[in-house]
Amino acid sequence: MTRFLLRKAVGMLGVLLVLSLVVYAVFYIAPGDPAQLACGEKCSPAQVAQVRERLGLDAPVYLQYAHFLQGLVAGRDFSAGTGLLHCQAPCLGISYRSGEQVTDMIAARLPVTASLALGAMVVWLILGVGTGLLSALRRGRLSERLLTALTLAGNSVPVFVIGLVLLIVFCAQLQWLPFPTYVPLTEDPQQWFWGLLLPWISLALIESAKYARLTRSSMLETLADDHIRTFRAYGVSERHLVTRHALRGALTPVIALTAMDLGALFGSAVLTESLFGLPGLGKLLVSSVSLIDLPTVVGLTLVTGFFVVLANVIADVLYAVSDRRVVLT
Amino acid sequence: MSAEPLNAGPLVEVRDLVVDFPVGDGHVRAVDGVGFTLEAGQALGIVGESGSGKSTVAYGLLGLHRGTGARIGGSVRVAGVDAVTAEGDELRRLRGGLAAMVFQDPLSALDPYYAVGDQIAEVVRVHRDVSRKEARARAVEVLDRVGIADAARRSRSRPHEFSGGMRQRVLIAMALACEPRLLVADEPTTALDVTVQAQILDLLHELRAETGAGLVLVTHDLGVVAGSVDRVLVMKDGRAVEHGPVTEVLGTPREPYTRALLSAVPRVDAPEAPGATAVSAGGDVLLEATDLRREFATRGLARRTAPVTAVDGVSLTVRAGETLGIVGESGSGKTTLGRMLVRLLEPTGGRLHYRGRDIGALGEKELRPLRRELQMVFQDPVSSLNPRRTIGESVADPLRIAGETDERRIRTRVGDLLERVGLDADWYHRYPHEFSGGQRQRVGIARALAPEPRLIVCDEPVSALDVTTQAQVVELLGELQRDLGLALVFIAHDLAVVRQVSDRVAVMRAGRIVEQGDADTVYDSPQHAYTKGLLAAVPVLDPAEATARRHARLASATA
Amino acid sequence: MAPQEPRAGEAPAASPAAGGRQVWRRLLARRTVLAAGLVIVLLALIAAAAPLLSAIEGQDPTSFHNDLLDSAAGGVPTGSFGGVSAEHWLGVEPGTGRDVFARLVHGARISLLVAVGATLVQVTIGVLLGLAAGLGSRLLDQLIGNTTEVMLALPSLVFAISLMAIVPSDFPRPLLLTLVIGLLGWGGTSRLVRAQTLSLKQLDYVAAARLAGAGRWRIARRELLPSLAAPVITYAAVLLPSNVIGEAGLSFLGVGVKPPTSSWGQMLSGATTWFRADPMYVLLPSALLFATVLAFTVLGDAVRTELDPRAASRLRVGTARGADGPTADGSGGPTPTGPGPSNAAEEATA
Repeated sequence: MTRFLLRKAVGMLGVLLVLSLVVYAVFYIAPGDPAQLACGEKCSPAQVAQVRERLGLDAPVYLQYAHFLQGLVAGRDFSAGTGLLHCQAPCLGISYRSGEQVTDMIAARLPVTASLALGAMVVWLILGVGTGLLSALRRGRLSERLLTALTLAGNSVPVFVIGLVLLIVFCAQLQWLPFPTYVPLTEDPQQWFWGLLLPWISLALIESAKYARLTRSSMLETLADDHIRTFRAYGVSERHLVTRHALRGALTPVIALTAMDLGALFGSAVLTESLFGLPGLGKLLVSSVSLIDLPTVVGLTLVTGFFVVLANVIADVLYAVSDRRVVLT
Repeated sequence: MSAEPLNAGPLVEVRDLVVDFPVGDGHVRAVDGVGFTLEAGQALGIVGESGSGKSTVAYGLLGLHRGTGARIGGSVRVAGVDAVTAEGDELRRLRGGLAAMVFQDPLSALDPYYAVGDQIAEVVRVHRDVSRKEARARAVEVLDRVGIADAARRSRSRPHEFSGGMRQRVLIAMALACEPRLLVADEPTTALDVTVQAQILDLLHELRAETGAGLVLVTHDLGVVAGSVDRVLVMKDGRAVEHGPVTEVLGTPREPYTRALLSAVPRVDAPEAPGATAVSAGGDVLLEATDLRREFATRGLARRTAPVTAVDGVSLTVRAGETLGIVGESGSGKTTLGRMLVRLLEPTGGRLHYRGRDIGALGEKELRPLRRELQMVFQDPVSSLNPRRTIGESVADPLRIAGETDERRIRTRVGDLLERVGLDADWYHRYPHEFSGGQRQRVGIARALAPEPRLIVCDEPVSALDVTTQAQVVELLGELQRDLGLALVFIAHDLAVVRQVSDRVAVMRAGRIVEQGDADTVYDSPQHAYTKGLLAAVPVLDPAEATARRHARLASATA
Repeated sequence: MAPQEPRAGEAPAASPAAGGRQVWRRLLARRTVLAAGLVIVLLALIAAAAPLLSAIEGQDPTSFHNDLLDSAAGGVPTGSFGGVSAEHWLGVEPGTGRDVFARLVHGARISLLVAVGATLVQVTIGVLLGLAAGLGSRLLDQLIGNTTEVMLALPSLVFAISLMAIVPSDFPRPLLLTLVIGLLGWGGTSRLVRAQTLSLKQLDYVAAARLAGAGRWRIARRELLPSLAAPVITYAAVLLPSNVIGEAGLSFLGVGVKPPTSSWGQMLSGATTWFRADPMYVLLPSALLFATVLAFTVLGDAVRTELDPRAASRLRVGTARGADGPTADGSGGPTPTGPGPSNAAEEATA
């Protein structure tokens, strides 16, 4: 088991390393002169050269990448005008625009995205898994066809469309809800909840049909398994069959999918955030992109990539652990 | 609850049982008016080919058809309980308490997440008002009873940690847990090797004698019922064809179907098929393997482990026009050997000579001109034909590759080949899924014949087929061999089938050949202990002989 | 489950299905599929005839009409329903006064072109790399396999946004969109094709082809590709709608097509400002986007059900199933997840 986890962790580090290399290559080498970008269009060549030296962009590319990695692991120093600016590990560099440390900028926005993603997950799990289980156990009440139709519809609505419709209906027309704003949970839990309710529902509406369908079919599939038949043939009650023998196997794919969706959401929350004006990672990305603030863009790509990879590993581990037939080596 | 109606009629009474399964818009009749009775302590064998409805009858005994949409007609009474209408507690008592099922596939029939002891204890607690601990103790007790060594410790293992035969024992233990009055065993030995099969059948026999429980044994294998039951019910297409004492049904069958079924069963004790040795008397040596080896590097998910030796120094020769049979149980390396002989696999050691030329180390390109002379017939009739190509195209492939371009000549030749193997030449444009398993196997044979090979390796060519089809395909192979002077290597786990076709036989075990020689010699006076054990375990059709063999096995086991 | 065994001489049962024509026929027999097909044909016609349609209306997608805006209200169109009139069938854009109908029909072009183009890029790269990995040497396989894993681990929407931003703005945007979505989204196809190739290679009929003397190229062409077509088409049918969403999402965020070119997503990017004052303007592109994606999704789902090998094999053993032993309910339902693309476009739904 430990060996299995260790191996997964090493694999994950490998993917992240390659990811960082790709990101670095694409963003620092491709678009021409990062120093020029950092300095702005109107800089004189002398100013550009100064910026280049200050940011360490005069070193060979591989050295720059090595410095970048070193910053990630051990931290690094930047010369900031008069003195040195120490950037603590994990250092993702310093914003060209604001001079802030990218790590700090991301850390400040992370709670917003996390609130959005986790809250939405709770809503879609309650809605989706609930209906899925109900329809599997009471066959016919909520048919496969209906769930399929809802899933297809859910797959077909971009979040900014459903969000807009909800905004028009509940904020503009009915005026039941205020326009979503972000208030940190630590400041005022109640306002935090109301401010995020609409974004959560928008995301959850899209996802829950998919979860209901998966839960339903996975439950039905498990209930059709041979070992369920065995215990049925030995007089074990249906309720016991479900809770003891079916639920565990049936929910494994649901949980694994949740992990993957959640990880992906850290990267793709950008649409929801920019629609509802939530100051999360996505919002930061859009603004950094429009300012061509390379260190922030690279940092965000790596951090969101980290979440995607982490989610994949978690899903893998969940699968392997729950399927005891797989011997973990 | 009413008191158990003791001695009120037979243990099992089935009358005019009809089962219809919903298929699409309509229904398919799986069982059509079957009836029988079984007295306490007796054993009934229900025999039939796939699709005969035999398992459906067995499932009906425990009322397992409810909730599947099946329509049931007639009556089924088991130990006084009406299995068709029983509900609630009474149904629960029937299932496991009065009658218990031993399922077919022991791996999927157990919950992979729980220890086997816990699973048996769970069943115990459904039927008996006992504590968790007492239930566990009972589980260990029955596990011990079915011959699982160190039962207390093994009861904490999960199903995948057991071998196939041991898992089957666990399932039998589960069935015993609540001392039912009837055991229903659905193909309990189908997935097992012949020696393990004999052990399981002996165990069932012993338990029945000990507990006095009735037994319904469902199987496709007439040999399995011969030594295990008192009465036999032969089923075909949902109907009971013949029903009577085992000695009568197997000894003097009245119905033509039963006779056909019986005559199709290959016999390990029968003299070789007529004419099989006619051409065997030594043609030239075609293929000669010397100390052939094959190792597989097993790679665990990341670390490398020691390579597994599948074939471990095999030497054999195949002469023109003869049939060499290779028998072995699962995992003996016989398939790997077969694939090396036609060079689908590269040997990792030893030499392989074809007509004097070493082909063991030839590359793919150098092999290509030789390919047509060494062909193969595969085990699985589904995966051996490309589902997206017509059977005609599959058979024509070797011809086209050999450079034939005249479309008319190809059609004629393929048509001839299809007719040669008993198919219709007009079926050129049909797809594999339109054919049954036996027909597909015939297509596979036609394809192997197309390049006019000198040698065909048949890897378990009939193991996926019903017994009557099996006999037809075996007969076809023998006929082709005689007419075309082919050399055959016939690989199978079924000793009787191998004897039927082979001139010479090699017995494989753990990658080695433990005994080889003339078929009659090997079968009639086996030298190696393993061969002897194998032959002793083969089920025979004569009930008296089967009983005698059981006693011999028990005697040698206790000795 | 072994099919029942007729005697060797008996004619085999009538064929349930073989080949693409039957699949087409069965697809067209479904009403929902027919409806979805009609929507797509209609959209394609609209996209093709966009200049003609706006000419019939007498408008173009780029002219400003400040006279139709209420500058006191911040640029909201005068008149009801976003300024619907005989000249402007669906009203005008708030803030600029550009004709909404003209912009919508021109937006269909971008939407369809980019989605179809990106899907082609994804499938082409995916199939080539997947085949190469499945058939090539072990080293090649590992190289491609690892690259694919990294591709799948990319936070593709984030990556796409960043790429769209750093490429100089004189590069044609629709082409750039196509390339970015296409190049970031081939991982799934590649993985699918590789896995399929590897498992097909194990089958006995491939061994039989080798024994018949077939070379590697002939085996790939005759034995593997026909079996790969179905899963690849199925996968492409799932990719297509998510690429429509992908384009809309990037344009919504302001990094896709830039004005004056119009796209539905880009029309919606102004929506947060206008949804209170001019809901009509927000709802129109939303509805079109939804209809397009839904039509493609429904079609993709139907294709998947028809081509899914598991569905096909169920069909094949349909009669044998249930003949011996009870069958459990629920085995006939469609597969739970099926191939799920994880690319920029898919993420864009969230």
